[in-house]
Amino acid sequence: MMRKKPKKSKAREMVKAKKSAPATPEEAKRELKISAIDEGTVIDHIPTDAAFKVVEILDLENHKGIVSIATNLQSKSIGRKGIVKVGGKSLTQNEVNKIAIVAPDATVNIIKNYGVREKIKVKTPDVIDNVIKCSNPVCITNNEQIATKFYVVKKDPLKIKCHYCERSMGKDDIEII
Amino acid sequence: MIKFFDMDFKNRDIISINDFSKEELLQILKVVRQVESRPKAPLLKGRILATLFFEPSTRTRLSFSSAMEQLGGEVIGFSNANVTSIQKGESLWDTIKMTEQYADIIVIRHPLEGSARLAAEAASIPVINGGDGANQHPTQTLLDLYTIQKTKGNLDGLHIGFVGDLKYGRTVHSLAIALSHFNPVFYFIAPDGLQIPENYTDELFRKKIRYFKTADLNRFAKELDVLYVTRIQKERFPDPLEYEKFRGIYRIDEPFLQNVKKDLKIMHPLPRVDEIEKSVDNTIHAAYFEQAANGIPVRKALLALMLGKIK
Repeated sequence: MMRKKPKKSKAREMVKAKKSAPATPEEAKRELKISAIDEGTVIDHIPTDAAFKVVEILDLENHKGIVSIATNLQSKSIGRKGIVKVGGKSLTQNEVNKIAIVAPDATVNIIKNYGVREKIKVKTPDVIDNVIKCSNPVCITNNEQIATKFYVVKKDPLKIKCHYCERSMGKDDIEII
Repeated sequence: MIKFFDMDFKNRDIISINDFSKEELLQILKVVRQVESRPKAPLLKGRILATLFFEPSTRTRLSFSSAMEQLGGEVIGFSNANVTSIQKGESLWDTIKMTEQYADIIVIRHPLEGSARLAAEAASIPVINGGDGANQHPTQTLLDLYTIQKTKGNLDGLHIGFVGDLKYGRTVHSLAIALSHFNPVFYFIAPDGLQIPENYTDELFRKKIRYFKTADLNRFAKELDVLYVTRIQKERFPDPLEYEKFRGIYRIDEPFLQNVKKDLKIMHPLPRVDEIEKSVDNTIHAAYFEQAANGIPVRKALLALMLGKIK
């Protein structure tokens, strides 16, 4: 079925949500549960196992506005994906950088008046300051009150190296502070 | 085009061998030779070295103290964290901030990994890492490099074997990384449970360094220019039975030396337990006592470089 491509700047967020037709009735049901938001942020193209990490990173458990989380949605680019919609919240650069660590292909859509005002492709930073806990229990950062610092050795799959103890960590070892 | 490197080591910290380029390593080794030829030059008269040893050490602490005193300097410090304010809950950061008021340069050994890097960030005076847990011990690596250069005549294109505990042995990891600047071929000789970790072999692969892994000490014996022997570290094994499984697995003895190159040099960071038989000490292959002695000129050179007395 052909669909009109929404204009980039004024694309309706609701249209965006319906863009890919649900593959199964179950998915249709799931999609219905993701309500549109008038103002806030939609984080799309999250690897499906990282959706709850994003929730943790943004501390959405304590967010007062609407939060919708969907996982296992079909995605042409990453297979299965997650989406997190947060009403009444714009992300700081620091938060966007944090998302990049667990969801390197994510897109952050800034929503104003039900429309996508801006689309930001997250970018894995070269240096990650005070976001990740070192997985090495005998690292000085786990024993003294100091900010952690990691160098990104490889972006995909993510491999980082602790500035202090020099241990390397993979995606699975990552624990957000 | 001539490439210039910033070779000024004044006020620089020595925290990790990974912080040094090939040119910097060669420059340090050149200075070590100069220092060795003038053993009693009072270059550091009136300077104070603080040795902060939060865990036991014999060789490193004594050789730093001796190096400083041979250069006319003085040494303060402690070798037992129980006698310090750490016992009262003082942070490492505060201990360093306090120490920098009393000394011109600091050597720190600490059981936590990354502690020396943190100390260097806290201090406005130069800091030398005397060992931070299982992470780095860069002055050991420099004296290992110096020993290889001195006994073999150069560092390039050597066939180097490492035998023993290659999993936990930080000296092996750091030396392999430092030697990777010099186009070596490596032979990692260890049983499965003690082989070199993958992140190091990944790095060697990236740098296109040839290496072989084996559990058989004799397999590549004829190829080796240097054999770096390490102790199986009892303290690393939570289960004593596991230690017993590996204990005494490799032994360098006279029959082994029948099958090696005439100029093979055997090194060991010491202390040894039973990896090298005493009878090997008197052969032309033994380089481990000379290696230990090289700790003095290497540490003298570093102290003088970092305090700006030699360029």
